[in-house]
Amino acid sequence: MTAQPGRALLHLAAALDRQGVHDVASLGESVRLAELGALDFVTLGDSFARPGLDALAVLARLAPATRRIGLVPTVTTTHTEPFHVQAAVATLDWVSRGRAGWHIDVSTTEGEARLFGRRHAAPADALWREAGEAADLAARLWDSWEDDAVIRDEATGRFVDRDKLHHVDFEGSAFAVRGPSTVPRPPQGHPVRVVDATERHARRTAARHADVALVRVAGPAQARAVRDELRTAAAESGRDPDRLRVLAGLSVDLGDGERAAEPGHGGGGPRQTAQGPLYRGGPVDLAELIAAWHRADAVDGFHLTPVEPRRDLERLVNGTVPLLQHRGLFRTFYPGSTLREHLGLTRPANQYAVTGGAS
Amino acid sequence: MTVRKRIHLAAHVPGTDDTVRSGPRPGSPAEFASFAHLARTAERGLFDFLLVAEGLRLPEHKGRIHDLDVVGRPETLTVLSGLAAVTERLGLAAAACTAFHEPYELARRLATLDHLSGGRAAWNVVTSPDARTAENFRRLAHPDPAGPPEAPDSAGTVRDPLARAAEFVQVARELWDSWTPDGTPRPFAHHGRHFDIAGEFTVPRAPQGHPVVIGSADSPQDREFAASAADVVLTRHGTPQESRALYADVKGRLAAYGRAPQDLRIMPGVSVVLGDTAAEAQERAATVRRERISPQDAIVALERIWGVDLSAYDPDGPLPDIDPDPGSTLVRGRARAAELLAVAERWRTLSREKGLSIRQTVIEASARQSFVGTPQAVADELDELVRTDAADGFVLLPHPTPGGLDEFVDRVVPLLQERGTFRTEYTGTTLRSHLGLPEPVWKG
Repeated sequence: MTAQPGRALLHLAAALDRQGVHDVASLGESVRLAELGALDFVTLGDSFARPGLDALAVLARLAPATRRIGLVPTVTTTHTEPFHVQAAVATLDWVSRGRAGWHIDVSTTEGEARLFGRRHAAPADALWREAGEAADLAARLWDSWEDDAVIRDEATGRFVDRDKLHHVDFEGSAFAVRGPSTVPRPPQGHPVRVVDATERHARRTAARHADVALVRVAGPAQARAVRDELRTAAAESGRDPDRLRVLAGLSVDLGDGERAAEPGHGGGGPRQTAQGPLYRGGPVDLAELIAAWHRADAVDGFHLTPVEPRRDLERLVNGTVPLLQHRGLFRTFYPGSTLREHLGLTRPANQYAVTGGAS
Repeated sequence: MTVRKRIHLAAHVPGTDDTVRSGPRPGSPAEFASFAHLARTAERGLFDFLLVAEGLRLPEHKGRIHDLDVVGRPETLTVLSGLAAVTERLGLAAAACTAFHEPYELARRLATLDHLSGGRAAWNVVTSPDARTAENFRRLAHPDPAGPPEAPDSAGTVRDPLARAAEFVQVARELWDSWTPDGTPRPFAHHGRHFDIAGEFTVPRAPQGHPVVIGSADSPQDREFAASAADVVLTRHGTPQESRALYADVKGRLAAYGRAPQDLRIMPGVSVVLGDTAAEAQERAATVRRERISPQDAIVALERIWGVDLSAYDPDGPLPDIDPDPGSTLVRGRARAAELLAVAERWRTLSREKGLSIRQTVIEASARQSFVGTPQAVADELDELVRTDAADGFVLLPHPTPGGLDEFVDRVVPLLQERGTFRTEYTGTTLRSHLGLPEPVWKG
C-alpha cells in the first residue's frame, strides 16, 4: 500500500513523562520501544515547579543507547541563561549525532521566580516574547560557527578559520549576547525547535521559530484552523510554511485494548479534559482516529501522551503503529539518521555564511 | 606494617585530545566519540574521575577570535550525562563558574548527573569571572529593573567573586539537603547577600548525598575556601618542596572547620612525557615543546607580554628592542605592569645569553612538562611525591602525553599497581568511595 497522492506520511511522537519516576532505566526502555515503532521523536517534559530530573540531561544519558529516534527535552527560557541553553541543546545534538530537539517553554509562576530570586513572575505574553528571542538567539549562536570553521591548518598553525566564526551581537529585550558560541555548529545545523502553540501567547513564537508546533484541540476542524493560522503567520514572518510541522497533542488511554472506543472518545474526536484532549479506547480505533484526521488534512501528525506510560506506549507501538504502517500512512523504518530527516525538514543554511546554501 | 598511601588519578579534558600540530584529522572538537574514548581510557586505567572544562567565551587576541589554539567544546554537563552511559565507575566532574550560573539551576543539574551516573558526579567550582565572558550572559548585560529590591547583585556585577562562590556552594548544599534521605521533599529558604531564594528543590537526595566539590588553591583565599568547602583541591605543579609546603598549608587549614586531613584530597595538575630511555623521553619532551609553539604562537606569546602588534617581527629573529606597553588591552589576564616588564627583561636576558631567536626564547621560557622519563622513573616520582605528602594524587592535564591518555594508562598505571599504591579494581561504585571520602552528613 502507498500513501494517498499529495498527502505526506504521518509524523508520530510520544511523551515519556511519568509522575515521580527518577528511574532512568525504565525511561530508557520506553525510548527503545518508541524507536522500535520508528517514531519521529520522544519528548520529556521539565519544570522547576514539580519533582523531576533535568530532562535534557536525562535524554543525553539515554542518547548513546539509541540510534535513530529524536530526543526532545523541555527547557524553559524564563529563568535560564540563553547562552547555556543553546550550548546544552547543541551538545545534545552532538551526543545523539543529530537527533536533538528542544521543546521551548516558559515559567510563569511566582513560585518558580522565587527559586531564582532575580525577578518576579511576568505575564505569559512577555515571557513568550522573551522565549522567541531566546529561540532566535539560539539559531544565531548555532550558526556562529560555520560548518567548516575547524581547519587544523598545519602550514599556518591555525586551528580555526576565524572568518568562519561570528559574533552575533544579539540585543534582545531581556538579554544581550555577544557570541560566538563555544560549541561548534551541531550536526543538524539547528536542532529541532518545538513549541506548544495551544495557548494564544505562544503562537507567534511558534510561527516564527518552531520547526514543530504542538496543538492540543479536540477535533480535526479546530486543528486545521490552528494549523492554517500558524502557516499564515509563518509565511508573514518570511518563513516557508512548509518548513513547519503541526502535530496534534493527544493523551491516550489504551487500557481497554479490546473494546471499541468509548462513545464520544473515538472516531469523531477525543474528549476535552483539563489536561487537554483525551482519547480512551483501543489501539485499533486510535489508528482509525489518526487516519481520519490525516485524511482530513488537519495535521501533519500526532504527539501522543500515554496516560499509563508503559502499558499505553506498548499498545501504541505494537497495536496502533502497525495498522498505520499497513495503510501506508507511517514509515516502517528510519530512512534517515537525524531528527530533521525524520520530519522531512532540510538542514538549514547558515545565516552568516557568505556562500550559504543548505548542505 | 604501615598501609601505603594510595594515589588518586584524574584526567582533565579541554575539549579534544588532539592538536593542530598532530595533523589534519576528521571530526569536530565537539565529537562525542572522542570524549567517549577518553572516558573509557580513563576508566580502563581505573582513574578516580574525568574533569571536563567549561567554555563560556572563545579567546580573542587583537580584537579577533584567537585562531591558533584548539577551541570549541561540548557543554560540560550535557556531555558528562552522555558519558555516564558509556562508563560504569569513572567519576564525572564538571567545571562550572559561579559567576555565570544560578544556584538552583546548577545544583539541580549536578544532582541530576549524580542520579544519572549512580553517584559519580563532581563539580569543579570555578570562581574567577572574566569581564569579556560576561558579554555572553544576561546577568551583567541587563539587570532586571522589575527584580525584587532585595535581589543581591542586581546591579549586575560580581563585586566579590569568591564571596559569591562561597555562598553559591553553601546554597547548593542546602538544596541537596532539602530532601530527606528517605525521599521527602521539604521547602528551603536562603536569605543571603548574593542569593535570596526559596521554594522546593525538584531532585531527590543524590546517591552521594552531595556531588564531590573540587576547589582550587591559587590564592590564600582559594585555599581557605577549599579547606572550608571542598572535597578535592586542584593545585599547580611545583617543586617537591613547594608542593609539600602547599600541601601542609591547605591540610593545616582543615582543623578550623572541624575536618580531618583525610577529608580533602590535594591533586596537582601535571603533564607527563614518556620514553623507553631517559634520553628518548627528553627528546620527545623537547619535540612536543617545539611543536606546541609554532612561529605564529611565538609572536602571539610575545604580543601578550609587550602589548603591541609585533606581527612584523621575524619569529626566527631577535626580540624587539621596544619596551612593553603594560596598559594595552592585548595583555592577557590581570598582570601588573611591573610583572610584564620583569618578564620582558627575563626573556631578553635569556635570548641574549643563549643567542636565541624569538621562537626559541618562547619555547625555552615556556612551562616544562612536569614528569619526563621512562615509565619506571615517572611512576617512582609520582609515588614518592604522594608518599612524602606533596600530593594525594594527580590530575593529568590536556595532552597528558604525546601518545595521549592511553600511553599513561598502558605503561605507568601497571607500575603503580605493582607497587601497591594504586587500585587494581574499583572497590566502590561512587566517586566518593574512589576518593575515600565520607558521605556528607545530612543537615535537615
